[in-house]
This record gives sequence, C-alpha cells and structure tokens, in this order.
Amino acid sequence: MNFASDGLEFEKVHVWRGDRHVLQGISAHVRPRELLHISGANGTGKTTLLRVVSGLLRPEQGSVTWLGQSITSSRTEYQAALAYASHEPALKSDLTAIENLRFAVGLKRRVTPKDLLAALDRTGVAACAELPARVLSAGQRRRVSLARVLAMRASIWLLDEPHANLDAAGSELVSELLQAHVQEGGLALVVAHRDLALSCPVRRLELNS
Amino acid sequence: MWTWFYKLASPPYVYGVAAALRLWLFGAAALAMGYGLIAGLAIAPPDYQQGEAFRMIYVHVPGAILSLTVYTVMAAASAVALIWRIKVGHAVAAASAPIGASFALLALVTGSLWGKPMWGTYWAWDPRLTSELILLFLYVGVMSLRSAFEDPLRGDRAAALLAVVGVVNVPIVHFSVVWWNSLHQGATIVRIGAPKMPGSMLWPLLSMWLGFMLFFGAVLCMRLQAEVLNRERQASWVREAIKS
Amino acid sequence: MTVGAWEAFLLVLHRELCLSFRRPEQLFQPLVFFLIVTTLFPLGLSLQLSALRDIAPGVLWVAALLSSLLSLDSLFKSDADDGTLEQLALSGQGLTLIVVAKTGAHWLVTGLALVIVSPIVAIALGIPTSAFAIMMLSLALGTLTLSWLGAIGAGLTIGLRRGNVLLSLIVLPLATPLLIFGAAATDRAISGTSTAGAMYFLAALCVFTCTLAPWAATAALRITLE
Repeated sequence: MNFASDGLEFEKVHVWRGDRHVLQGISAHVRPRELLHISGANGTGKTTLLRVVSGLLRPEQGSVTWLGQSITSSRTEYQAALAYASHEPALKSDLTAIENLRFAVGLKRRVTPKDLLAALDRTGVAACAELPARVLSAGQRRRVSLARVLAMRASIWLLDEPHANLDAAGSELVSELLQAHVQEGGLALVVAHRDLALSCPVRRLELNS
Repeated sequence: MWTWFYKLASPPYVYGVAAALRLWLFGAAALAMGYGLIAGLAIAPPDYQQGEAFRMIYVHVPGAILSLTVYTVMAAASAVALIWRIKVGHAVAAASAPIGASFALLALVTGSLWGKPMWGTYWAWDPRLTSELILLFLYVGVMSLRSAFEDPLRGDRAAALLAVVGVVNVPIVHFSVVWWNSLHQGATIVRIGAPKMPGSMLWPLLSMWLGFMLFFGAVLCMRLQAEVLNRERQASWVREAIKS
Repeated sequence: MTVGAWEAFLLVLHRELCLSFRRPEQLFQPLVFFLIVTTLFPLGLSLQLSALRDIAPGVLWVAALLSSLLSLDSLFKSDADDGTLEQLALSGQGLTLIVVAKTGAHWLVTGLALVIVSPIVAIALGIPTSAFAIMMLSLALGTLTLSWLGAIGAGLTIGLRRGNVLLSLIVLPLATPLLIFGAAATDRAISGTSTAGAMYFLAALCVFTCTLAPWAATAALRITLE
C-alpha cells in the first residue's frame, strides 16, 4: 500500500491576499488517526489555510490531495467526506437548532430526527432543539455547530477555533469529541490559539508571518 | 504553437511587447486617421441625400464598430483569465474597458449630433443608437463592479465573469432592440447609417476604421503597461523596469 | 447512505421556503412595491383609463422588473452573512444544485407571487381581462429569466457596499430584451393581434437563460467565496 497516498496532504501552498503573501509555501501530511493543531499569531493565515484545505479557496501555487487524488479533480466527493466548522457557528437565526442540523447534515447523509437529537444531546444542548437559533447564547450556538459536525459522521474534521465562546466544560467537550473522532479512525485539522489538552498524539503546525 | 501563448502569460514579457509596439501603433494610427479625416472631411463629395451631415460617419461608424470590438477583446481576455487563471488577461480587460466605453460614448454623441439634421432632434430611439446605449451601460457595469471590490483579484474575477456574460447578451440585446424598433418604425425616419458609397467616400471610412483600431491598440499598450506595473508591483522585475 | 441529487435539491428547496415563510412580511414587500410603483404612473401622468391602456404593458413590466430586483439582493446575502453559504458549498452536493434550488425557491416566492398579483395591477391600468392569460404567462417567463439573471448579479455582488444598487446596474441592461418582448406580447394581447412571435422569443430567452445561467451563477459564487 502506498503510504504517501493515504490521508490528507497539502504541499507548498501559497496564497496572496492583495499584496500580502499570507501563506508562504506551507506543507503537511495528516493521516487517519492523526490530529494537526494549527497555531500562530493573528493574521498569519490559519483560517486561510483551513479554507484552502476545505477546497473553498484555490491557492495560487501548491496542491491539496486526499487519498492521493487532487481535491480539485474530485471536489464534491472530497467535500462530502469532510465537516467544516468556521469561526462563526453558521446557523440560520430563524430556524430551530434541530432544523438547522437537518438542513445541513441532511445534504451529506440521511438522518432521522432521533440521530440529530442524539447529536445535540451529546453536545449538551438537547433542551435547545426546538428553539430558534436567534435566542440561543453564543456558547449554545457553538455547541449546536459542534453537534452538526458530529452528526455529519465525516472522516475529515476542519475546525476553526472550536473553543470560542465555550466555558471550561465546553472546552472539555471539544477535547472529548476530538479524541473520540481520532480514535475511531478520523483525522482532524484544528485551528486554535490555546493548547488542546488531548491524550492522543497531536502534531503542531506553527504559522508565522 | 502554444509557447507564444504561454509567453504572453508572463507579465514582464507583455510589458516589454507593449512598450515596443506603442510608438509604432501611435504613428500608424496618426497616418491612417490623418488620411481618413482629410479625405473624408475635405475631399469626398457631399452625399446626395444627407448633404454635408453624412461626414459624421467618419467618426461615428468606426467608433461604434470599435466599441463592439473592444468589448469582444475584453470578454476574450476575461475568459482566458478565468479559464486558465492567467492574470495578464485581467490586466488586458481592465485596460480595455475604459477605452471601449469611450468609443461607445463617442458613437452616441456623434450619433446624436448626426441625428439633429436628420431627424430634427438629438435623440429618436434609433435602434442602433439604443443598443449602443445599452452597450455603454454594460461597460459601466463591468467597470463599477471591478472597482467595488477591496480585494483587486476578486474584483478582476467578478468583472471578468460579468464581461463574459455580457458578451453573450450583446447580440441578443441588439436583436431585441432592432425588433422593438421595427414595431414603431415611422416611414419618415431617415436611418443614420452608411449611404451607398463610391470609392471616394468608402476609402476614407475604411482608413478611419483602421486608424481607430490602431489607436485602440496604442492606447491599450499604454494602459496595459500601467496595469501590469500596478498589479505586479511586488515583483522584482518591476523595480528594474521603473529604474530604467 | 449518501444523499441523491434529487433528494438534496428538494431539501434545499424546503429550506428556502421554510426560511421565506418564517418572515412573511418580507414576502409582501416586493408585492407592495409593485402596487405602489404602478400607482405612481397614473398619478404622475394623470391619464384617463383608456389612455392608460396604451402605456399599461410598459408600466406593468417596468414595475415587475424593479420589484423583482428589490428582492434579489437577499438571494445569497443572508446565507453569506451568517456563514451558512459556506456550509452549503461544502455539502458535497455541488454548488450548482444548491444554486438551482435557491433560485427556484426565490422565483416561487417572488416571481410567481408577482404573476398572481398582476391581475389587480392590470385592472388598475385598464388592461382588459382578455389579455390576462398572455400577460400572466409572459410575466411568469420573464420573472423566471430575471431571477436567473439576478442570481448571477447577486452572486457577483454579495458583501459589497451598496451591493443592491450595483446589482440593479448590472442586471437591468441584461434584462432589456425581456422587457421588450414581454411588454410587446402584452401589448399585442390587448390589441388582439398575434402574440406568438413575442411569446416564442420570450420562451426562448427563458430557456436559454435557465440553461446557461446556473453555471455562471455558480462561477460567480465561487469567486465570492474565495
């Protein structure tokens, strides 16, 4: 089996935003059961890197491959296998938590209301299931977005600041979810300012300007 | 065969070509327009139907043709830039847009001035002038869109897509306007357009057309140099070029 | 376990309709605008009903165009603002399918609503009921085409300051053929002459736009999402 062709790899990725050379030849290889912690000061391109890996942003130079194939050639299959949590919780304020989940997760796999409730329960917001997202606190919205990631059952997790707006119990929850995901064979790229207190092995990618 | 295509994708190469061609194009344009204007305005006989007024043709018709040609050039450069991600295409499109818009405006103003002796009014919703007006709006849309973005590359790409969508619509718009006009065609409206032309009238017209094309080429070279320098200002070759 | 294209399309359609009906006041705004604008013309021109009939097709169509344009700004804006547009783009279903579902839903709640309200406006402008069928059919085709042109424009102008002004600036010149053929069809229906020519062109425009616009709108969204 070709060792290099499993997992997610990005090579010499360059991105310019206007005049700024935001990403200057970043490379990494993340295999299943591995977690990559992307850190760096503000403005060093952590979110940009995550967007490149997700396929939303095409880099000026460099490539991203999944299982040996470039993601641009099989974009929809690749994106079906990933779950992306951006800096904002990405919820429609007029829809309830469970409706938000249904419309997002339902595009990736067939889900029953029970599945979605179970995901909301796991992240501690089962009580909010029928509440419109606009009445939820920032922490509750973050938990709902985590439930969405959980419910998608994707092999690749791309999380941008998952700890934002969460209390200590919430941060612990994030660690538990990440550990469980990695143990079950998934891989994750996490952008975070603070240390991820995880018991599984964590690789570090530090970005500097 | 494709090597020249890829060479054209290199900004310094294009800058060099533009710098070299510029003066020749201006010179050739001056010659062609000089002959066209002298022969058309002074030497060609007055038209039996339109009198001296028809001489507006020497500026109006080449202007209108060029406004369409430039839009096509802009759309083609945009398509190349979008499909193959060649940034020089965006520079060409950005450089051409104001030139094409100016030609459209010229065609409209001269058309309106021509209309006064023909129709007795400065504007009579002539189909060709109306499509020219819509073309001007399309140009303004592309230029506004480009300048509305803070990130210049996104602005380029958005304007490029709009230019390509517009070029598909230009024939549709023109046909619709002609059809619309045919519904209301008054028998007395004299079409401002080319009368049947003997050689003494035709050659100056063709010369003006050629002159306008060369002029477009020359101004494009000038603007393209500026656009390329601006877009590539971080690159080292630009500092060399500015010093020399 | 993966979700088929048709199922995904229906899910997105359901989502859009759900969202639209959660804010019913926003559904009425374009319709009220339509009624207000058509009222402005008679007030401004103070014509008799019989004379109004002559300008009625033009007034109706310009008002319909402007009302549709008002609501097009919101096609992608709300999703782009709260981050759900990215989620849709990354759903693994292909952005084109998402765009077709969103634009289709948008037409159902704005364009189709305009068509249904048009008889009221038509009566106010003195259009005889014999012309209603053609008027409504032409409006249906026209607003559908406009929704697609607007989708391209909306995709290009998401997140820009004064985006809706720029959107109108971009879309209106492209919509002139629509206006010409739609108003001509209605006019001929009023005078009783054959509407076939104008209607065929309108239908052809609609089919042409509905075939090509999805790709253009998807490309526009990708440019914005980057």
